[in-house]
Amino acid sequence: MLTLTSPIDTWAHRLPAGPKLASLCGFTMLLFALNAPASLTLAAVFTTALIASGGHSFAGQSALMLRPLLPFVLIVALWHLILRDPSGITIILRMITAVAAANFVTMTTRLSDMISVLQRFARPLARLISPRSLALAIALTIRFVPTMLARAQSLGESWRARSPSRPRWRIFLPLTLAALDDADHVAEALRARGGTD
Amino acid sequence: MEKNLAHIALFAALIAVLGLVPKIDLASGVPITAQSLGIMLCGTVLGAKRGALAVLLFLTLTLAGLPLLSGGRGGLGLLASPTVGYIIGFPMAAFTAGLITTHLKTGIGYAATIGAALGGILLLNAVGVLGMSVMLDKSLPEAALLAAPFLVGDSIKAVLAGAITQAIAKMRPEALLSRA
Repeated sequence: MLTLTSPIDTWAHRLPAGPKLASLCGFTMLLFALNAPASLTLAAVFTTALIASGGHSFAGQSALMLRPLLPFVLIVALWHLILRDPSGITIILRMITAVAAANFVTMTTRLSDMISVLQRFARPLARLISPRSLALAIALTIRFVPTMLARAQSLGESWRARSPSRPRWRIFLPLTLAALDDADHVAEALRARGGTD
Repeated sequence: MEKNLAHIALFAALIAVLGLVPKIDLASGVPITAQSLGIMLCGTVLGAKRGALAVLLFLTLTLAGLPLLSGGRGGLGLLASPTVGYIIGFPMAAFTAGLITTHLKTGIGYAATIGAALGGILLLNAVGVLGMSVMLDKSLPEAALLAAPFLVGDSIKAVLAGAITQAIAKMRPEALLSRA
């Protein structure tokens, strides 16, 4: 399965995940504390420079990842244009900078590194959920997404073989039933191999 | 123990798959994905605790960098985007849906539909609208306007969640953990 980590290797890929996440945390809090357009512009320029340091195609990928924000940018821009209220610039600038900075960390950190940071944080919770169970649950989910996606596709194909219409909501029930049956089989297989604890 | 773990992990995968199955037009007009149906089903089928844990597992993987949220979204940027309220509301929605499905002593179909509606529509949108109002610096009614177009699809999904849960109660009564 594809992750959001950029295949284009940048200098930031080589930084450890923990400090990267901590700086992102600090940077985001700073962004929400800032209100002056001048200092927010400075933060935006800094973030743009970070992204640009990854090169041409890396910057292109970052820009594409901001696409879900577009409707919000348009709505806020329109709203504040009608009201003639300049604070809209602050809102849009902060939103784009915060999301772009977070995407930068996501794009330069491998999934496995992210998950090991998570496991380090989950260690104090060992009494609630054992680290082994957590790792197993993560691995199972990652493994079963493509499996279930393939099943959804074959359910859709067999529907289309029998009907001229699209399957739409009708595949949700067999998909959910299959997930329940798979869960029973996985639980049995886990028990047969010594269980989770 | 193994059974809980397997159900939580597989329903986390189910949420992802329901968001990835390409556009299912439940109602004409606003494009809708079935991802929030997955959130509702986690609660109504697995029950409050397991359902919320499945959603948390799904969110963990999404935030860690898998593009599993509908539209291929994922990564830490979600926490800084205007829709962060929906991310926070997802596990709460599944928990509420599960709680109501388990404790409401009506037929399973009605209980699941009411649970899915109160958790997956009312509570989820309340937290989601609150998030948009904070992130976009708008008043609550203004932010609510942004969420309004999706309510039609959400209602259809709550009814579907109820119907699917009822069908499971008939076909696999022992697998319906919310009423076990």
